Amino acid sequence: MLNHYETVFIMTPVLSEEQMKETVKKFENVLLDKGAEIVHQENWGLRKLEYPIAKKTSGFYHLFEFVAEGSVVKELELQYRRDEKVMRYLTVSMDKHAIAYAEKRRNLRKERAAVAETEAAPVAEQPAENTNNE
Amino acid sequence: MAQQTDIKYLTPIAVDIRKKKYCRFKKSGIKYIDYKDGEFLKRFVNEQGRILPRRLTGTSLKYQKKVAQAVKRARHLALLPFVTDNLKSNN
Repeated sequence: MLNHYETVFIMTPVLSEEQMKETVKKFENVLLDKGAEIVHQENWGLRKLEYPIAKKTSGFYHLFEFVAEGSVVKELELQYRRDEKVMRYLTVSMDKHAIAYAEKRRNLRKERAAVAETEAAPVAEQPAENTNNE
Repeated sequence: MAQQTDIKYLTPIAVDIRKKKYCRFKKSGIKYIDYKDGEFLKRFVNEQGRILPRRLTGTSLKYQKKVAQAVKRARHLALLPFVTDNLKSNN
């Protein structure tokens, strides 16, 4: 049985941007290796925690939405627990309302990003172009 | 003596007609409550971060359960505090 899942995990803030991306990549590969189909992913960047975890007050949040067998979740969570860079994780299965909501949210974010880009482009034309070309 | 004054204090004083409470999820057709939206969930907790009862918010039982679930998930991910003081005044 294939199910829809959503997983969020928090990485320690001591990582550099690159290490963080590496870690994300690692978990992406864990999912792909197990034959999961990644529907969507989001990086929330460094975020302040509402309460300290392991004496840290902030962390890198990352979200995966994927379709896979239930056994994949077990493997993924095992990898989370083995990796000391991950401070916290949460995996939830999604019902049809959750899936509909996630899709809506995705489109909303995309629209907002598009609006922000068009607004930001004329203000800072050259730096924006540079980043796009690279 | 003290008891008497207590009872006096507790008796309901003339209550004016309140607006009827309603379930905001039913009214606006929200089917799923997102645990990732901490700001939204703050409406359903008090200043100490405790979940507000349905009798105060007017949420229907079906959605109160979902609110509770979402708040608990958000707490796990440190998007909401387990306990604090002055949650509302910070924002």
